[in-house]
Amino acid sequence: MGILQFLFWLLSAVALTGAIMVLASKNPVHSVLWLIVVFFAISGHYVLLNAQFLAVVNLIVYAGAIMVLFLFVIMLMNLNTVIETRKNLWMKAAGIISGGILFLIMISVVRSSADMVSRTAQLKEGSIGLIETLGKVLFTQYVVPFEISSVLFLSAMVGAVVIGKKD
Amino acid sequence: MNLLAFDWALLIEKLVLIAIIITISLVVAMYATYGERKVAAWMQDRVGPNRAGPFGILQPLADGMKLFFKEEIIPNSSNKFLFILGPCLAMLTAMMTSAIIPWGSELRIGDRVISLQIADINIGILYVFGVVSMGVYGIMIGGWASNNKFSLMAALRGASQVISYELAMGISLIALLMLTGSLSLKTITEQQMAPGHYWNVLYQPLGFLIFFVCALAECNRAPFDLSEAESELNMGYHQEYSSMKLGFFLFSEYINMFISSVIMATLFFGGYDIPFIDESKYNPNLMAWLGVGALMVKALIFIFVFMWIRWTLPRFRYDQLMNLGWKALIPLALINMVITAVVILKYFN
Amino acid sequence: MQALTQKSKPVSREPMSLMEKIYLPAVLKGMSITFSHMFKKKPTVRYPEETRPFSPVFRGLHVLNRDEEGRENCTACGLCAVACPAEAITMEAAERKEGEEHLYREEKYAARYEINMLRCIFCGLCEEACPKDAIYLSETFAPASFARKELVYAKNDLLIPNPKTEPEAFAKAKGLKPIK
Repeated sequence: MGILQFLFWLLSAVALTGAIMVLASKNPVHSVLWLIVVFFAISGHYVLLNAQFLAVVNLIVYAGAIMVLFLFVIMLMNLNTVIETRKNLWMKAAGIISGGILFLIMISVVRSSADMVSRTAQLKEGSIGLIETLGKVLFTQYVVPFEISSVLFLSAMVGAVVIGKKD
Repeated sequence: MNLLAFDWALLIEKLVLIAIIITISLVVAMYATYGERKVAAWMQDRVGPNRAGPFGILQPLADGMKLFFKEEIIPNSSNKFLFILGPCLAMLTAMMTSAIIPWGSELRIGDRVISLQIADINIGILYVFGVVSMGVYGIMIGGWASNNKFSLMAALRGASQVISYELAMGISLIALLMLTGSLSLKTITEQQMAPGHYWNVLYQPLGFLIFFVCALAECNRAPFDLSEAESELNMGYHQEYSSMKLGFFLFSEYINMFISSVIMATLFFGGYDIPFIDESKYNPNLMAWLGVGALMVKALIFIFVFMWIRWTLPRFRYDQLMNLGWKALIPLALINMVITAVVILKYFN
Repeated sequence: MQALTQKSKPVSREPMSLMEKIYLPAVLKGMSITFSHMFKKKPTVRYPEETRPFSPVFRGLHVLNRDEEGRENCTACGLCAVACPAEAITMEAAERKEGEEHLYREEKYAARYEINMLRCIFCGLCEEACPKDAIYLSETFAPASFARKELVYAKNDLLIPNPKTEPEAFAKAKGLKPIK
């Protein structure tokens, strides 16, 4: 087991524990902090895949901005004392069943997809995550979806401004 | 089991480098506190600390001793783990940025070439941004875990300020990146050192100005020190903190100041470039050391300017801060970016 | 209402001009002012090493005077105690015995002489009331103390050193240059 594999398993363990703790912790602020831990672990995976740009952007955008906004909301709503709303037993059962089915579907898709069969994660190889290649790919091969998504962002921004200006 | 099979000499070299850099940044931060008090005193026609040692140069040690020996108070109703995590995160993120700064060119000892940079990653500046955006968690967690409404409000202010100014900072940097074509700080420095090239500040004066203002805001320095506005929020996010935990918060501010000074020197003022000298003509080892010195001098000048501004300008009001960030700096940065793009396309293509 | 001076200026409520809106010129101007202050002479007095000279009329701690031969001037007449508005001075008189002529100048002297420094307001009326030049206010402060008792100064605390036996201490207490 090389050092890369060791890191891979370590990061995976951290990510999974973090993800479970997000769901398990009672305090919503703790959940957010665990989610940040998950993002860090995922960024670590990106670094292992030699996708440094993706790793850092993941940190800046998700951990650095979106999670801060989450924390804002939670801190302002003052959810320190957890008021557990009573949930219907039927709702719980429905949630478990639908979630389980989704999980099964995903596993079966991953197992049966032709691209994935007999592939292992390539560590420290490939250059798709580097900023130059990524930029080239985005502006040549995927230029139309890229521009469309940018228009989408712009419209979302305008929408946010309109909502903010209402009163 | 080939877990241990890697370049041990490299590991030791990097560890030594990390230790030295951390020590240097701590010492600089220590003496920045002393410098701040001296500069403040001079600007107010006072003398400043002059009791501990000659000219008061032992003052930071005395301050540190005092902080260490003060009683450690953890409020009963606070979240204890997060309360301790807050200052740790603030300190950690302040230190982490120094990893990608090129402190000098290369040292040659025998056959071995030692780069005076811990890690030359090809996304250098983005890494800085990532770490800086993490830095806000120290303030937020600390402020929230104190369970004090003033701390919480200061934390929210600090966080929204950092997020707002990060945008303008990023956009002003994009213009610089168009010029350099690289995110690596080492490459950017070497481009500025190359004959026929000048420091980036000459190409990007407006970009530098925006970056500088944003750096002030990101470090929570006056005139943007709203998160510790004594007159409004008692003491801000570290109101409940005492002893060395408070020291960590205060110290991380000075480390941040040092690191952002170094980054500004690297991005806009040639990094370890000694002005008017062609480094390649002289002994490389000597030049490397002189380069480190040059970078330090530039950083110290920036630290002085930070202090100079702090003791000149009054604090912004919160709405003024947000207006400046969103309505002045971001449009300016966008204009700067568009102009740079047009000029590059038209004349350098 | 009539203005007391012509110094007041009306506040300008006009909208800011472009130059003012940029802020930078004003910022730079302010920074140049603070920078120039760095090189100004500091008015600070580094206290224990340097002290500011007292004015000749400064009224500090009391001193009971002696004449040139080292004899106490005070005759315990009680005028100072009467003059004292704060009632800080108490004394007990005694008669001079044979063979004490070198200690006291006149036949009567103060056996006990106390000034309560907590009451004293350093007005100097005792100094003015004294017909014998016996009490003076010197150019020193009353030091701080943790106990009230220590701030009731007895005769030993107040007496000036003997010019015969300790000329240097006497000169220092008088504020004269040391005798060489």
